[in-house]
Amino acid sequence: MRSKRIFLAAAFAAAAALPAATVQAQNIQINGAGATFPYPIYSKWFAEHNKMHPEVEINYQSIGSGGGIRQLTNQTVFFGATDGPMTVEQMQAAPGKILHLPTVLGAVVPIYNIPGVTTQLKFSGKLLADIILGNVNKWNDPAITALNPGVNLPGTDITVAHRSDGSGTTYIFVDFLSKVSPEFKSKVGVATSVNWPVGVGGKGNEGVAGLVKQTPGSFGYVELIYARQNKIDYGLVQNHDGEFVNATLESVTAAAQAAAKAMPPDFRVSITNAPGKGAYPISSFTWLLFYEAPKDKQRAKIMVDFMKWALTDGQKYAADLGYAPLPSEVVALEMEAIKRIRI
Amino acid sequence: MSKSPSSRRSADDLGFRLGTGFFALLVVSLVLGILIELIRTSGLSLAKFGFRFWTGTVWDPVSGEFGALPFIWGTLYSSVLAMLLSTPIAIGIAVFLSELSPRPLRTPLAFLTELLAAIPSIVYGLWGIFVLVPVVRKLQVITPDWMRKIPLFSGPPLGVGMGAAALILAVMVIPFTSSVAREVLKAVPSTQREAAYALGATRWEAIQAALRYGRTGIIGSVMLGFGRAIGETMAVTMVIGNNPQIKLSLFAPQYTMAAVIANEFTEAADDLYLSALIEIGLVLFIITVIINALSRLLIWSVNREVKVKVETPVVPVSAPPTAPEAAA
Repeated sequence: MRSKRIFLAAAFAAAAALPAATVQAQNIQINGAGATFPYPIYSKWFAEHNKMHPEVEINYQSIGSGGGIRQLTNQTVFFGATDGPMTVEQMQAAPGKILHLPTVLGAVVPIYNIPGVTTQLKFSGKLLADIILGNVNKWNDPAITALNPGVNLPGTDITVAHRSDGSGTTYIFVDFLSKVSPEFKSKVGVATSVNWPVGVGGKGNEGVAGLVKQTPGSFGYVELIYARQNKIDYGLVQNHDGEFVNATLESVTAAAQAAAKAMPPDFRVSITNAPGKGAYPISSFTWLLFYEAPKDKQRAKIMVDFMKWALTDGQKYAADLGYAPLPSEVVALEMEAIKRIRI
Repeated sequence: MSKSPSSRRSADDLGFRLGTGFFALLVVSLVLGILIELIRTSGLSLAKFGFRFWTGTVWDPVSGEFGALPFIWGTLYSSVLAMLLSTPIAIGIAVFLSELSPRPLRTPLAFLTELLAAIPSIVYGLWGIFVLVPVVRKLQVITPDWMRKIPLFSGPPLGVGMGAAALILAVMVIPFTSSVAREVLKAVPSTQREAAYALGATRWEAIQAALRYGRTGIIGSVMLGFGRAIGETMAVTMVIGNNPQIKLSLFAPQYTMAAVIANEFTEAADDLYLSALIEIGLVLFIITVIINALSRLLIWSVNREVKVKVETPVVPVSAPPTAPEAAA
């Protein structure tokens, strides 16, 4: 009884103190929305930022890249986030000039479930496209055995599993396939959801991974971190220079390093099939989106400082969460670009 | 003085009437509001595709070509299959619980079936992926070759597909149909059964009489289940294979309207794409309205039939009222 009363008194005191404290600290809320793929690292960053600057609270809603772009265009959020760069039409639809800032890197790996095969299979870009198109539909097809001599591949059908939900993972994967296969580009094309010629759709990384794990003879694609955490077999992919590269954080960063040399000033660049030694070909940036001339200068200043922190000190959180950190060349370019945000 | 209580009552009556009328109107305006908003936001797609949207079979966000037929097919086919599977079981459960079950078993069994309705659909979906789909795949693998020649069982054994979706929907729908049907049977006056027994009916015939008495409500319970099956999203998308194609095969991966909206809405950045997805919602809305109207029509025609049948046997006293209908 007594403790209850004390508790109540404390609760009232806290309730009374709360608005006062809010006013005192000048709490600032900044809202953003967009891609789901970088959500773990963004929420880590915003939480760390909040520890350093308790008066600022950055809210991020992972509603998908499309939703993020729409909300940014409608100016219902201060910043957006996307896994695929905005198209020219989307940029024109926005009321102001938009700046893309790459934050971290992700990669997509081809996964498979072939009973009895323990060696890591090798895939060329064209082979991946042919499997997805249904041109190669048996595991012992000459196109596969030629790249994997000595591996005893069964004559079973290939069951293709793909994402049924619109996703940045799909975007990165089909972007790569469209670059290496003209047939894929004309028949399927690049988007977050596409019209798949064959196969079954699973919802989310877990849906695709679930299908592949359970179906002998299946083939699919998931984010690198997802395949590693769930110990799913994934293949080596041939890069632009002809090497078969294992997807690691280093090989993904290497792909970005190669792209840094020819980085366009607006950072709207695809780094799939990047040239360069050791570069993993199915890699991509993920971007945060800002208006170059924001109306709210106070919030803009906070976000600029946040970006400077995220691109330098913040990068150390990337690897633990399965993202490849940005190469220093790209960070240097971005530090220049941030100055374009007028504060 | 003597006038005041009655005038107060009439004022209360008016207040009550206006209040409840307002709530009823709220529902109507909500439905109309949804319809208007769906039409408004799908304008781009309505203008570009027109009626072609209903008959088109290609869904290609890259080239901006959208047709809803595979999704309409998938929704209706999976729901009808689920009803074919679930209706006999659900009505069986209802009959057992209300007519045959020993009294101490009644409450726990009813509780357990209703508990099935409380399980979130994502849990059904996960159960579908990890338990149901592997079982379905095993069944598909051992399907003999002569059966595979039938279009209903053709295609590779993937596990996921129409068959798995219909099964999971059937399980999800059973508690809805069975608990409403049970309530309907409970509401059948015991004089009905007693009258049947008095005329020398067996237990089975008495149950038939009770079922016939409550058939409007039982049809309603089945339609409630059907509505539930049409709108189910998460569990279906996790096991149906999400491939927009029109196939008769239970093995083939297919797609439903609710599933494609849930899957693609978040990443639909393009205006036409978004408006096509909203038009799928509009199509789903229209189909739901049509099905509801058809079920009303069915109930109405059944009721009329019952009235006609009740009137006729009254004249020849010799025939017991249950006999001719039991034969029919």
